[in-house]
Amino acid sequence: MSQVSAVPVAGAPSVPTIPFGQLAPWALFFGLLGTLVLFFVSTDQGAVSLLAGTAIHEWVHDGRHLLGYPCH
Amino acid sequence: MTARAFLIRGLIAGLVAGIATFFVAYSVGEPHVETAIALEESGTAAEEAPTDASHDHGDEAAGGHSHTHSHSHGDEGEDTEVSRDSQRTWGLLTGSLAVGLALGGIVALVAAGTIGRMGRLQPGQSTALITLLGFVAFALVPFLKYPANPPAVGSGDTIGDRTALYFGFVVVSVLTAVAATYVALRLRNRLGTYGGVVAGAAGYLAVMVVAGQLFATVNEVGDFPADTLWFFRRASLFTLATMWGVIGVVLTGLVGRLYAAQTERAQRRALAASL
Ligand SMILES: [Zn+2]
Repeated sequence: MSQVSAVPVAGAPSVPTIPFGQLAPWALFFGLLGTLVLFFVSTDQGAVSLLAGTAIHEWVHDGRHLLGYPCH
Repeated sequence: MTARAFLIRGLIAGLVAGIATFFVAYSVGEPHVETAIALEESGTAAEEAPTDASHDHGDEAAGGHSHTHSHSHGDEGEDTEVSRDSQRTWGLLTGSLAVGLALGGIVALVAAGTIGRMGRLQPGQSTALITLLGFVAFALVPFLKYPANPPAVGSGDTIGDRTALYFGFVVVSVLTAVAATYVALRLRNRLGTYGGVVAGAAGYLAVMVVAGQLFATVNEVGDFPADTLWFFRRASLFTLATMWGVIGVVLTGLVGRLYAAQTERAQRRALAASL
């Protein structure tokens, strides 16, 4: 009975893909940038310090706790 | 359908998610953060443990604590003091927006790489699935092993170990989820969609149960009141669910519209060519 759904609808376009080669520079650039941002909110000036001081830690402190990252 | 189009939509979804996350975290989570800080500063968590369920966290928050809350990490030279008022408003908003934009962009680029590569799923559908898998692997499962802790729970001396354990577990979870998804898609050809999905999910579950046993347990709760701890952790889960839920809903909607527009253009072009 589910035979019908297995056959692609006539005329329906196949789903396009994005070539990995086209995606790679975007993924690399934003992957690094996004990871760095996540690091500053979640970890910096706690267990590891990329920047000196405690300003970032104190400023995003409540977000760090409520988003589930180790803080205290 | 380009990487750029996905990234832009991911950032939009992340921005909306960050704003929504701030409001949920502020209204649902902050009252319990304030309670925890009050307990921490009184230093008598055990004595202050509420004996009835009628104590009101709202009063505390509304009372307008203006004391600062800073960590004593010891060897760091200058301690920057940020007022509690700033921490729970602009500070929380900054963190929510930053995490929302970062996650939104990353999720969108992963979704971009999977469209047309996840069986017969349409772009919007595979985007929704990727966001759901991201929530489970990056937020929910790590939370089950290492749940969020309010201020006053956790010793400053163990922050290094706890951070390494937490992110170690996150890395294991995300890599396992990626592998399980890949295996599910491969097995789908032989076992069908049902068999492939069940096999992939079971594989992820099996690995994470073993990892959960191998990773050390962290328990620094001490005599912190159980109800405040639960309220805080529940609020933290709501916060994470809001973040990922809004990213998923907005990004899925935007990707669906993008694909619909492109399909319509292609059909119109095909029609014009056939005339
Ligand atoms: Zn803290």
